[in-house]
Amino acid sequence: MTKHVNGIEITGLSYSYGAKRALDDLHLQVAPGQFCALLGPNGAGKSTLFALLTRLFVAPQGRILLAGQDLARSPRAALARLGVVFQQPTLDLDLTVRRNLMYFAALHGLAGRAAEARVAAALDRLGMAERAREPVRALNGGHRRRMEIARALLHDPAVLLLDEPTVGLDAAARVAITDHVHDLAAQGLTVLWATHLTDEIRDTDRVAVLHRGRLRADTTAAALRGGESLQSAFLSLTEGAA
Amino acid sequence: MTPWLIALRAILHREALRFTGQRGRFVAALVRPLVWLVVFAAGFRAALGLSITPPYQTYITYETYILPGLLGMICLFNGMQSSLSLVYDREMGSMRLLLTAPLPRWWLLLCKLLAGTLVSVLQCLVFLGIAAVWGVRFPVMGVLAVLPALLLTGLMLGALGLMLSSIIRQLENFAGVMNFVIFPMFFLSSALYPLWKMREGSPVLATLCGLNPFTHAVELIRFSLHLQPALPALGWVLLATLAFGAAALRGYDPARGMQGKTLKGG
Repeated sequence: MTKHVNGIEITGLSYSYGAKRALDDLHLQVAPGQFCALLGPNGAGKSTLFALLTRLFVAPQGRILLAGQDLARSPRAALARLGVVFQQPTLDLDLTVRRNLMYFAALHGLAGRAAEARVAAALDRLGMAERAREPVRALNGGHRRRMEIARALLHDPAVLLLDEPTVGLDAAARVAITDHVHDLAAQGLTVLWATHLTDEIRDTDRVAVLHRGRLRADTTAAALRGGESLQSAFLSLTEGAA
Repeated sequence: MTPWLIALRAILHREALRFTGQRGRFVAALVRPLVWLVVFAAGFRAALGLSITPPYQTYITYETYILPGLLGMICLFNGMQSSLSLVYDREMGSMRLLLTAPLPRWWLLLCKLLAGTLVSVLQCLVFLGIAAVWGVRFPVMGVLAVLPALLLTGLMLGALGLMLSSIIRQLENFAGVMNFVIFPMFFLSSALYPLWKMREGSPVLATLCGLNPFTHAVELIRFSLHLQPALPALGWVLLATLAFGAAALRGYDPARGMQGKTLKGG
């Protein structure tokens, strides 16, 4: 039994691509309602970790608990509690906003009125109810990302994973999305937010710094940066560390 | 309705919507078999004498003979193309999303194979209509009888495509699949010439044709279209579908399509 029944618990996780070690004995716990930024440069192992957390890859070593469910032993129960926003867009651009959301709802076993109600509520929250019948191709990058976040929450997950969700967005959209996800964490959602952009992290956020497959730091942003900027602290942790 | 069936319905619906929204893709997929039916058949007809063999009960035109093979060709190209996209490139993003659904992976892959097959069957039906207008004769009820055969053929070829693209690294692009899978399968089959005719030319090649599951799929389509039973062909195709499906499921690894692509970021 874990104390983080609604959070994330990663124990002794390792993964290699052939001879190349992508993750090396990773331990990480994210408490319920916590916003944890997974900070790492390119090639740090963030996307590998996300592929393991979403069970796209199966870890030969280590254990992952999502909302108290063991991903290896009860994958379906664990995935049912998980919402994911991938780094690359996963919306079908030629289908309408509503169709995209209904498709995802169906993948999580929601159909009929239950699905209609959740999709309508999600669109209302996004302020996009009037654009429901437009193809996703007509939306700008910021709206598409917000829509992907809303989609990831349709089945009411306990844990939300976001893999560099602000890539390619303008400054205003980045701020809006970062604020939005912080609000979701404040409402009780466990959030793991992978990024290499330090300006997306608040002082009160938990920060796990990943570099070359290993955890280099695990503390709050304020403690990590001390008297300097988070960017400087991050660079000093990841530059030259082999 | 169970979550499994809800997901299946949604995946089929999505594929149908994508298909109807891409008219260019639809027309392009019909051009290839049409060229064979209209041009190749006209030129080849004089060179090939056909005797009366089951399921035909009279002399037939060459166009009538190759129609089942061309239906098989539609399933072959579609099956390979859609399966390849499950592993590489086009569908990668949506596959990542799909695989995070709380359902067994084998079921999700089967749903995708069925969705690809649905598109093949729709194309085959349209092609049958065009062939009828062109003057190719087949029983009207044959259109209904051939549906299960087309469905099974589509599934078998989709599973084969998924299996090959999962286990053979070199098949990353469609050109590789064309040269090493589609052309050999198509030409080493009874799609364009009956096996007895091939045996006259080369017994070894005729034996290879007899081992080719695509030959049996074409014969299953041929016999079904002419309302005749074809149990041996059905058995072959069923067995091949199960074998390819099992190997595809075992070999399918989303890491294959992602390594060196999406994971560059971190």
